[in-house]
Amino acid sequence: MVRMTGSQILLECLQREGVSTIFGYPGGVVLPLYDTLPQFPALRHVLVRHEQGAAHMADGYARASGEVGVCLATSGPGATNLVTGIATSFLDSTPMVAITGNVARTLLGKDGFQEADITGITQPITKHNYLVMRAENIAMTVREAFHIARSGRPGPVHVDIPKDVFQEEAEFEWPEEINLRGYRPTTKGHAGMIRRAADAINKAKRPIIISGHGIIWGDSSDELVALAEKAQIPVITTFLGIGGFPETHSLSYGFLGMHGMYHANMAADEADVVIGIGMRFDDRAMGRFNDFNPDATIVHIDIDPAEIGKNLPTAIPVVGHVKRVLPELTERLEVHDRSQWLGWIDKVEEEHPSLEIRETRRLIPQEIVRTLYEETNGTATLVTGVGQHQMWAGQHYFYDSPRKLVSSGGLGTMGFELPAAIGAQMGMPDSEVWAICGDAGFQMTMQELAVCVDERLPVKIAIMNNGYLGMVRQWQELFYDENFVSVAVTQPDFCKLAEAYGIRALRIESKSEVLPAVQEARNYDGPILLDFHVDQDENVWPMVPAGAALSETIEMPEKELVR
Amino acid sequence: MTTTNGTKPGQHTVVAIVEDKPGVLQRVAGLFRRRGFNIESLAVGPTEFEGLSRMTIIVDGASAPVEQVEKQLYKLIDVVKVSDLTHEDAITRELALLKVRCNNVNRHELLDIANVFRADVVDMATNSLMLQVVGDEDKINGLIKMCEPYGIRELSRTGTIAMTRGQKTTTVHESEPEAIARVHQSQGRRVEADLPFSSD
Ligand SMILES: Cc1cc2nc3c(=O)[nH]c(=O)nc-3n(C[C@H](O)[C@H](O)[C@H](O)COP(=O)(O)OP(=O)(O)OC[C@H]3O[C@@H](n4cnc5c(N)ncnc54)[C@H](O)[C@@H]3O)c2cc1C
Ligand SMILES: Cc1ncc(C[n+]2csc(CCOP(=O)(O)OP(=O)(O)O)c2C)c(N)n1
Ligand SMILES: [Mg+2]
Repeated sequence: MVRMTGSQILLECLQREGVSTIFGYPGGVVLPLYDTLPQFPALRHVLVRHEQGAAHMADGYARASGEVGVCLATSGPGATNLVTGIATSFLDSTPMVAITGNVARTLLGKDGFQEADITGITQPITKHNYLVMRAENIAMTVREAFHIARSGRPGPVHVDIPKDVFQEEAEFEWPEEINLRGYRPTTKGHAGMIRRAADAINKAKRPIIISGHGIIWGDSSDELVALAEKAQIPVITTFLGIGGFPETHSLSYGFLGMHGMYHANMAADEADVVIGIGMRFDDRAMGRFNDFNPDATIVHIDIDPAEIGKNLPTAIPVVGHVKRVLPELTERLEVHDRSQWLGWIDKVEEEHPSLEIRETRRLIPQEIVRTLYEETNGTATLVTGVGQHQMWAGQHYFYDSPRKLVSSGGLGTMGFELPAAIGAQMGMPDSEVWAICGDAGFQMTMQELAVCVDERLPVKIAIMNNGYLGMVRQWQELFYDENFVSVAVTQPDFCKLAEAYGIRALRIESKSEVLPAVQEARNYDGPILLDFHVDQDENVWPMVPAGAALSETIEMPEKELVR
Repeated sequence: MTTTNGTKPGQHTVVAIVEDKPGVLQRVAGLFRRRGFNIESLAVGPTEFEGLSRMTIIVDGASAPVEQVEKQLYKLIDVVKVSDLTHEDAITRELALLKVRCNNVNRHELLDIANVFRADVVDMATNSLMLQVVGDEDKINGLIKMCEPYGIRELSRTGTIAMTRGQKTTTVHESEPEAIARVHQSQGRRVEADLPFSSD
């Protein structure tokens, strides 16, 4: 055993947990920790420009690499600035450890300078949180935090440490074992339930798989492909499930939901057995719950028992890790010919194409995304903001492997795009990372451009500049009688802004400039910003209006088809 | 109508064994608030194991399917075990203290009432007396009703606690024999290989 300060113990433990990058921002109470950082040269500290950026970077890092992301902030305002990023991670179940400093133990609860009850604040938006009151407890806390963050259903864990605990000395011993009697995720599926699921699927005439984010976190794309191929079951995904099943596979039918493919929504509504795998039947995916395919038998495979039956009545629940459940299920499935059912979906798709890009002289984002797909052969990682551009990035790029689409689905956090792209690039240094930004969302976190420069990151920043809070404008147009209120946003000149940071920038105003700009960005070794001045009035289709059922999916109206 | 154990229709009796750690009550209360589950009654106290507390929670069933309540509770890392006692053969009890007005003329009436409810007189003054009563919710409500005409000056009730009858328990069984052995050892008794239960 060695005597070390709390700071040294923390950093030693982070290193032993495999951490190489910390996204953080200093302040009074974490100064002892920053003072110690140079003793750990293998830990790379990335100085962000706003703590929200640190949390999104850690999240983007995690989503792109699969490893736990780590962010760090000081007490009070530093800690509260992390909150949006932690909530974003929580709603999408991504593994993150957020570390904050707090005021010294003697000052806790006395409203001292920069004190916030941050564990009180993060409690409902974390998988678990800790206030560490003794240096000797840091090692076990860090072990538990990483274990909880990455195992079972992943999620963010927050660790709050008072200033004097960083300075306190304690004997350091690496805890080999973790014993959390209240935390034992079920990984093995119940054999009887798996048998029942197999029976239902074998008898089904029109089964469909809805695969979700859990396939990606469970690292089980191959197992899913094997299952679908053996039993010839068509696969649709949730928005966050995109890439979990190869989108160019003949059994892939795109994603379903509010802005999902028309044929995917119809197939989900027509199926006799719906097999949800690693997804939580979110309202944006399923439409109005009461009218979601009432005749279907629902099979739900999920690691979190609380998701079973939460939104839809589930006939056959299988609680377990997809990696263990899917092979067992596949083994029990019969080889089937389902050409009739697949033909039915193909026909709907043919008659109602959702991804056809119309001929138009306007510069439309769909075409930009499609150009990007063709130029990169689908190999790039796209990190999006929230809004119309997010949906087009999901629709018009085709993802053949997991972790290539990084997007805030559950919380829908604008401003996620740039910092999450930075995190993704740091997590996957050899990947081609594109931040697909909204012009409004970009302005929420654009100060992080500085980080691209500091860290020499070759992130490609594409702004879909429509001069609007586009998604909100679309809702006001369709559901509020075109009463446009507070949706037009004035912009700085994004190119000049980028140049002010020393970042190369291109402004694209016509269709003919798109391809050369994309090519130039791909050949450029460094951060580059593309400001695409796109059509302002474009809407995202298909659409299931809020509160409507999947069967009520609306396609692009005639008048927009000819614009 | 109540079930065999005194749980009201539409209510659920849930017992959670939780880590005895700072903030655990807030975690449970926060969960109920966030998910919109209404707590009718909550009682927290130590268990037979050091480091574990027992929470008895009566939930308004109209506000939540009890299955969701259980599953959401399990998601809290500090919650070790959850049991639904609603349909179990169980004893449910609460305790109440009532300070009731009285005078020399009607005191004996109150004492009669206390007697019927098996309430104890735990304090007496010239103008009031204090009753302590233990029972299920209905019994305590009954006593309150009978005392109202005299004037209840003060009322304090605990939350309900519950325990299944018979062999069945809702606790976490870990190291039970060892724990018993420790007690015997601490009292200077020799511990045999197969443990010295006096009842065995
Ligand atoms: C503007 C906008 C529009 C949107 N439109 C759509 C849309 O059209 N369609 C759509 O689908 N979504 C849409 N979303 C996203 C939507 O809000 C949800 O985020 C999304 O549907 C959730 O997908 P999910 O259930 O797959 O992922 P999550 O919410 O991340 O849930 C993952 C599930 O997998 C489980 N899991 C995790 N790991 C494992 C494992 N190893 N084994 C088994 N299970 C595991 C978890 O317990 C959880 O239940 C939209 C969002 C926005 C912002
Ligand atoms: C932080 C935050 N505030 C508000 C919203 C509500 N909202 C959803 S989409 C949107 C508009 C986004 O505009 P932009 O980033 O330009 O993307 P576009 O829809 O135009 O592609 C808004 C305001 C949100 N999702 N997140
Ligand atoms: Mg916009």
